[in-house]
Order: sequence, then structure tokens, then C-alpha cells
Amino acid sequence: MATTHSRTLAQFMLFPSVVLLLAWMIVPLCMTLYFSFLDYNLLSPGTEEFIGFLNYEFFLTDPAFFESFFNTLLLVGGVLLITICGGIGLAILLDQAIWGRNYVRIMVLAPFFVMPTVSALVWKNMLMNPVNGLFAHFATFIGVDPVDFFAQIPLLSIIIIVSWQWLPFAALILLTAIQSLDREQLEAADLDGAGPFSKFFYIVLPHLSRAITAVILIETIFLLSIFAEILVTTSGGPGYESTNITYLIYTQSLLQFDVGGGSAGGIIAVIIANIVAIFLMRLIGKNLEG
Amino acid sequence: MATNSSSKSKVIYTLLAWTISAAIFFPILWTLLTSFKTEAEAISANPSLFMFDWTLENYRDVLERSPYFDHFWNSVVISVGSSLIGLLIAIPAAWSMAFVQSKRTKHLLMWMLSTKMLPPVGVLIPIYLLFRDFDLLDTKLGLVIVMTLINLPIMVWMLYTYFREIPNEILEASRMDGASISAEIFHVLLPIALPGIASTLLLNVILAWNEAFWTLILTAANAAPLTAFIASYSSPEGLFYAKLSAASAMAIAPILILGWFSQKQLVRGLTFGAVK
Amino acid sequence: MGSITLKQVTKNFDEVNVIKPLDLEIRDGEFIVFVGPSGCGKSTLLRMIAGLEDTTSGNIDIDGQDATSTPPAKRGLAMVFQSYALYPHMSVRNNIAFPLKRAKVPAAEIEQKIASAAKILNLGDYLDRKPGQLSGGQRQRVAIGRAIVRQPSAFLFDEPLSNLDASLRVNMRLEISELHKSLKTTMIYVTHDQVEAMTMADRIAVFNAGIIEQVGTPLELYQHPVNRFVAGFIGSPKMNFIELKQTKEDGATCLGVRPEHFQITTDAGIWSGKVGVVEHLGSETFLHVQVDGIGTLTVKANGDCPLSYGDDISLSADQSKILRFNDQGITLPSKGNQ
Repeated sequence: MATTHSRTLAQFMLFPSVVLLLAWMIVPLCMTLYFSFLDYNLLSPGTEEFIGFLNYEFFLTDPAFFESFFNTLLLVGGVLLITICGGIGLAILLDQAIWGRNYVRIMVLAPFFVMPTVSALVWKNMLMNPVNGLFAHFATFIGVDPVDFFAQIPLLSIIIIVSWQWLPFAALILLTAIQSLDREQLEAADLDGAGPFSKFFYIVLPHLSRAITAVILIETIFLLSIFAEILVTTSGGPGYESTNITYLIYTQSLLQFDVGGGSAGGIIAVIIANIVAIFLMRLIGKNLEG
Repeated sequence: MATNSSSKSKVIYTLLAWTISAAIFFPILWTLLTSFKTEAEAISANPSLFMFDWTLENYRDVLERSPYFDHFWNSVVISVGSSLIGLLIAIPAAWSMAFVQSKRTKHLLMWMLSTKMLPPVGVLIPIYLLFRDFDLLDTKLGLVIVMTLINLPIMVWMLYTYFREIPNEILEASRMDGASISAEIFHVLLPIALPGIASTLLLNVILAWNEAFWTLILTAANAAPLTAFIASYSSPEGLFYAKLSAASAMAIAPILILGWFSQKQLVRGLTFGAVK
Repeated sequence: MGSITLKQVTKNFDEVNVIKPLDLEIRDGEFIVFVGPSGCGKSTLLRMIAGLEDTTSGNIDIDGQDATSTPPAKRGLAMVFQSYALYPHMSVRNNIAFPLKRAKVPAAEIEQKIASAAKILNLGDYLDRKPGQLSGGQRQRVAIGRAIVRQPSAFLFDEPLSNLDASLRVNMRLEISELHKSLKTTMIYVTHDQVEAMTMADRIAVFNAGIIEQVGTPLELYQHPVNRFVAGFIGSPKMNFIELKQTKEDGATCLGVRPEHFQITTDAGIWSGKVGVVEHLGSETFLHVQVDGIGTLTVKANGDCPLSYGDDISLSADQSKILRFNDQGITLPSKGNQ
């Protein structure tokens, strides 16, 4: 619905964004793909040679890959479970008529604005430290042995920290969605004699399904790439107990300087992310039409 | 009867909500409080919530003994700079897609979104090597470039959803009224879209301020923003809880304040308009 | 001056043809209404005249000059949009001043023109308000004010009254008609409402599926529609169409009778049936009469019509008022006029 003149102008205005994003996506990705077929270590430059799929073979058969793949699944799944369930609960609670709702909202939202390195450090030192942390003090106070979080349950500890960061996001989005629920629907359900549980399962939950899907998919994209929280708390240890795929590739590339192996890992991470992305695009694409 | 039972449930819900939200907020509150304690009190086995000798010493120490302000400034330059440059690139693109729609528009938007889904490790090595070869490692310029690019899709998307809410007829009216393309953009489109543009800017400053993958990998002592600088407290220094708290409090305070202003836009921005 | 000539104008959206080759002469100073069902191309044609849409082929001349590829800002036309399209961030005063400022009119002259427009449209008290603080009717006036200050060679109205409630619509209809009488500027008015078309137009162009079915004065269209579409579109309630079982010798396959042309008779008329729903409007009464083998006929009767549901009646009609259509839907010469 426009004239040729404005169409030409529009193409021109789109150009910078498209070219920049194209370059940002295609150039490095092709380089990664190329490196992934090379025996290439930064410590011995000039000795690169083509080795086919050997890097992939090494990466995929490395026990560390399985462990970190499994850890990635646990991390993503665990955080999703906690934030979605907690988020629905919080959203319903904050949707009630309560005093000081704005203050409550602000407090719930706050952790999302804390930078990942700060939240990881605060939890690691001031709350979860086995000697001086608040949890340790509390354990001593009630007379149980303090837990050494990052030695005994490293992955769970990280799941707790990341969930704390993402719970506000889930709660905020689900609250926004709940507030868009047509109140007349609930009143009609009241007239039909529905109790709180049937109202939740037959009206509220279906209404939230789109927002829940959005939360799951968007969080998944970010959670697949969790990095800072691991770096400053456990550095992936002990052993590989809290290493995820992102962290594994980081150690391989920039700590062991194995460009080839790291690149193969990077390509595999891209493939995993793509599988998730396809679902997200479908969802958002549908909403575009609606 | 009805009012009685509903005010009773209001009390219960209020208590419940305040308890849960206080628990969620507690780590931040605790950090703020600890930042005013002495180091001895900070690790005391009988910590006190408010009854301690309040001191500003930690703030003074952090600011004096470390180049804290330099890193703070790096954060400002990188987050604000990348957001402003991003706006300059994204506004024309969003204008095109919102007001001159074609069959390709939807695919283009989807494709832009898909670049956001590329995991950073997929391009980690090439970016690192390119930055090394172009002397961009540990420079603010390098990070501004990366931040602009990783947030560009979100900016285009957010602006697109805001622009879509402006009726095309208003722009057509300005054309009928004899406005040139620049008058159309500066006198009509931008003033109307100003709230949306401001929210987009705000959200992107927040996202860039808190970004902690590329900042940790691409910077060292020179260009490190606060995300990377604070990470250095993970070494033994982190055991100085009061100073860690003071440094943390200063790092998160500006964004907490900005963030509270942008709650509503946050939902739209982070869900790419899927939830409003 | 404000004559607009369309020569063999067409419009395609991608592969879809929405306006078939079309000629139309719009005379200086006339009030012409484009009317038709939604999707018939009337708004698209208006937007092409405005320059907001490209013309796929053909020419648009404004005052004898070819303006086919002139940008909208240079055509000297003013448009009033369905949504009013006021600038929400500007006061009423600045909304009206906007086209003048773009044309670099001196400030003193702008003030003077705003004052006179405000007087014509009764906007004096609202000049410093924002559009958001105005009612629908006031916004409509501001949009008209913004259009008249430029002294355009023609006004284009795109369904300007469809967002107003019914009583306001009648008032605004009158105001626009009066405005036309006093300004004597060409007005092109798009609507899907045939009542607006009949009451306001000097001439009406009836659109259907990308072509103009007929152009003429309101009474010409009412009395002598060229085909079944125009006959059915103009007039309210709609004309009754009675399909004939056998084709008449002159080729007629269908008769058209307007509700107001029936006569109710107690003895044998042409059609007999049972009264269904009766709608009393006070000044007149509409009867929905079930006729065997034909269906429901709408009949207009006097306001004090005593008939009620279930009554048996018989209908006849003045032969000269009955329209006759052939199998193509084309109107055949009326018997009365032969």
C-alpha cells in the first residue's frame, strides 16, 4: 500500500541493518565452520591442516561433551521448571487485590536487573559460602552442618542462582498476560458454578499458554548460553560437574587454544540452538499474523 | 458478608505477597546493607539486619583503591553508545518495515530475530581472532560494535511494534498536507513515537549494561565494563564482603532505577512483541 | 479550479487487478460521491487521485495538467481521513497550521486563516486542546479545518463519517453539504452508505468490483438504474427482485419493485401472501410479506397501517414503476415509457 517512490526509499533505509546483521551472522559463522575442519591450535600457528570431521569426532566422543550436554539440559530444564511454576504462582498472587502492589512488584522484578556477575558473586560469597555465608550461619544456628554448595551440589547451586535471576522475567510476563484476561470470562465461569481450581485449569491456564510458551522459548535461548555465572562461581568444576556446552567450548577455545575443536563445538551449539529457534520462530510468526 | 470475606482474603494475599517478594528481594537488600558494614561485621556469625555501625568507608575504599570509576565509565560508554548507534541504524529500518510493508517484511523480521538466536559460542573464535587482528581486543570501540550488533534485532523489533501502532493515515495526512519526507519524519513520526523510542533506548542500555559474555571474553584491564571488573572479585578479594557489596551496589543501582521505569516496555521488548 | 479527469486508469496490487480501465470526468465545483460495497475499489481510486497509491496505467489530470506521477504534497488536494488522522502531539491550532507551515505561509497570515477556519467550524474554544481531548465530531471538524485552510483545488473525503454515531452523522452530513455550498470547491466523497450518497451528492458514481457501474444524479440512479446492481444498491430498504419462471418475450427474467411502489389491495392483486414481521417506524411501516413461490417481499405502507402478523394480503404495483432485467442483469426499457 504505497508508491514506488516510498518503496525505493524504504529499501534504502533497510539497507544498513540488513547488511550489518548479514555480515555479523554469515562471516563469523563461515569462519567457524571452516576452522572446525582444521587442526588449528593458537599455540602452534602456521601448522593448520585440513583434517575433515576429526574435530567433530573428538568433540562428540569426549566424555566431557556428554557430561556438559547433560548439565546443559539439567540447567535449562531446572531453571525453566522453577521459573515457570514460580512465575505462575507469583503472577496469580500479584494479580489479586493487595495493599502496596507496586512495591511488591518492584521487589519481585529487581533481581532481573542485577548483572550476572554481581548476582553470582553475591550468592557465592555472601549467601552460599560454607564458612562466612548467611546460609552457613543459619545452618549453624539451627544446629546442622552447613552445606558446601559449590563443592557438593555445584550444578544445583547454579540452577538456584540463575532461577533467582529469571523468576522475575517469567513472573512479569505471565502477570502481563493474566491482566489481559477478560474478567467477564471469569464472571461467566462463576455463574456457571466453577470453583477456583476449575477456573485455573480451564480458563487461566489456557489463556496463559501463549505467554508460557514465549517464556519457555526465550529463556531457553538465554539459558543455553549461561556463562558468567559459571565462570565466577565454579569455573565449571569440580571436574566437569557444572560445565555446560557454552563453558566447555570456551575452555577448549580460549584456555586450551584449540581453535579447531572449539569451532566444531561451536557448530554443534549452533545446531542445538537452531532446533530451539525453529519452535520460537513458529510461535512468534503466528503472533505476527494474529 | 461479601466485603468481609474479601477484605480477609486481601489481608492474607497481602501478607503472602509481601513475604515472598521480600524473600526474592533479600539478596539485593542484604548486599546494600553489607556495603555499609565494616568487614568484621560483614562476616559476623551473628549478622545484624540494621543494628550495626553504618559506615561509608567501603565506598571510599572501592573508589580510591581501584580504578572503579574508569570501569563505571566504560559501562556507560559501551551501553549508551551502542544503544544510540543502534537507534540510528534501527529507526530507518523499523520505519520501512512498519509503513512500507511488502511480502518480504515478515520474512525479514523473522530473519533478524534468528540472528539473535545464534549462540555466541558459535562465533566466539572468529570474533576473537578478528578482534585480535584488528587491534580491537580490550577496546571500548570493539565492545560498542559487538553490543550494537547483538542488540540491533531487538531494537528493530521493538521500534517496529511501536511504529505499527501509529496509524499510517497520520503519515499520509502529513504527505497530503505538503510535508517532505524529512518533515514527515521529524515533525510527525518521531514526536509521536518518542515514548516508544525512549523505551527502546532504555531497555537496550539495560541489556548492554548487564551483558556478560562478550565483555568477559573481549576485555581486560583497559576497556572492561563493570560486569567484567566485578568478576575480578571472584578471586580472594571477594572475601572482603563489605567492599564487594559496595562495588556491587554501585554497579546495579543505576540499572535498578532505570529498570523500574521500563517494566512495561521490558515485556514487549523481551518477547519481541508476542506479549504486550 | 478543481477539475479532475481520469483516463483509462487501472490499479494492480501485485498480480491482483483491483481497478479495471476506468474513465471519469469530475467537474470543477461539483460534489461527487463514490459509493459501493467494501472492496469495490472506491477508496483505492480516491487514494490514487490523492497520490497515496501509484497508478498502474492510465492518466490522472488535475486542472488539465497530467498529475499521474506527481507526489501527493504537490497535487494541491486536501484529504479528510476516516480516522481523522490528526497529529496527536499537536494542539488543534498546530494541526490546522501544519499544512500552512509546510507551505511557508507567513505567521500573521496563518493566524488569520486559523481564526477564520475556527469561526466557520465552531472550533474557537478548542484551539489549544490536543486531539485526544476532543469528541469524535470535534475531531472531524479539526480534520476539515486542516483541509480547508490550504484552499485546495479539491477535497477528498474517505468515509469521514463512519466513526461517528448515527445522530452526529446526520449533523455532520449537513455541515459538509453547507460547506460545499459556501466554498464551491470540488469535493470527492467516498462512502459505502447509499443514504450519504443520495443526500449529499451532485453526482454519484456507483462502484462494483473495480468498475464504475453508473454515474449520475441521485434521482437518475434511483429512477433509471442501468442494471440490477445499481438498482439494488440505491434505495432503502432494498428493491425487491422477483425472478420470473418464464423469460418474457422482451428477454426479461426478473422484475424489480421498490418497497414504496407496492399497493396493498384487499381484492386480487398480482401477488398474494401472508404478512410476516411488521416494523412500525411511526411515519411509515415496513411489512415483510411471505409470497408463495417468490419469497419475502418488503413493502412500505403508511405509518398507521393496521395489518399485523399472519394477515393475508394481496399486492399490486404501478406497471410504470416496475423495473425489468434480462438474464445479464441489464435494465430493459420500462413498459410505461414505451
